[in-house]
Amino acid sequence: MNFGVIVFPGSNCDHDCIHVISSVLGQKATPVWHKETSLTGLDAVILPGGFSYGDYLRTGAIARFSPVMGAVKTFASEGGMVLGICNGFQILLEAGLLPGAMLRNRSLSFICKDVHIKVENAATPFTGHCESGQVLKIPIAHADGNYYTDPVTLAALQANAQIIFRYCTPEGKVTLEANPNGSLDNIAGIRNAEGNVLGMMPHPERCAEDVLGNDAGRLIFLSMLDALKKAMLKTATV
Amino acid sequence: MKAKIHITLKSGILDPQGKAIEHALETLGFKSASNVRMGKYVELDLKETTKDRADAEVKAMCEKLLANTIIEEYRYELAG
Repeated sequence: MNFGVIVFPGSNCDHDCIHVISSVLGQKATPVWHKETSLTGLDAVILPGGFSYGDYLRTGAIARFSPVMGAVKTFASEGGMVLGICNGFQILLEAGLLPGAMLRNRSLSFICKDVHIKVENAATPFTGHCESGQVLKIPIAHADGNYYTDPVTLAALQANAQIIFRYCTPEGKVTLEANPNGSLDNIAGIRNAEGNVLGMMPHPERCAEDVLGNDAGRLIFLSMLDALKKAMLKTATV
Repeated sequence: MKAKIHITLKSGILDPQGKAIEHALETLGFKSASNVRMGKYVELDLKETTKDRADAEVKAMCEKLLANTIIEEYRYELAG
């Protein structure tokens, strides 16, 4: 499978993603410069973490107008899998591919540490390798991860099982204390209504192999790979 | 024509920076300050000379890029 990793000016987790795709999953990883206008030949697209455009104005606010984002929107509307990690999540929100917005962390601090997240929905192309309710330890590294949306949208996210990850204790309890940034409803990751676009603040690409002492993040990438293979099988048998 | 644009978080949305500033002011003895809201200020020159068109243009700029209307509100003045 061919995973495209979008490179914005200021992306800094692009090579981590490329490494995981190629060295850990053994798949093809294609860096895609933000000025590209076509995503032809790609099976999935990842918007990596970083500080695109220096986080000027708001996180992701300027990157969302990069030429490549038109192609990302088309790719997503045609059912292509799109994963946004950290700044990638913020860009997807600004682009309107996911609902809501990010506020500054409640503590005002940039937080860089391992957190625990609960897999609230394992029946997605991004979490197929996880168990429902499974607790993953994955690092976060952000200053703006305080997810916000209006009450109507939040109710829809809850009703449609679009909240995929919630911050929790190591035991899997979703509590106020386990919420690192003040995020609404402890939200760490959401998907769109169609289910093919996921945004998450934690960085699975930073913990996807044994040598790093934690390979929980690999589950996300393996899930994506499996979903792509299944989709291909389905297309082949139709 | 010059546009002076103010962007702040909508009322009702927690503003952690405003809160921190409020606490700092309180610590400094400014007990009368409350409801501190932190925002952004953008100033720009417009080629447009008609007030109506300038108004429409700045509004579009705010809606499309300068403010995120999910969390922010904006107001502006046009002068010159």
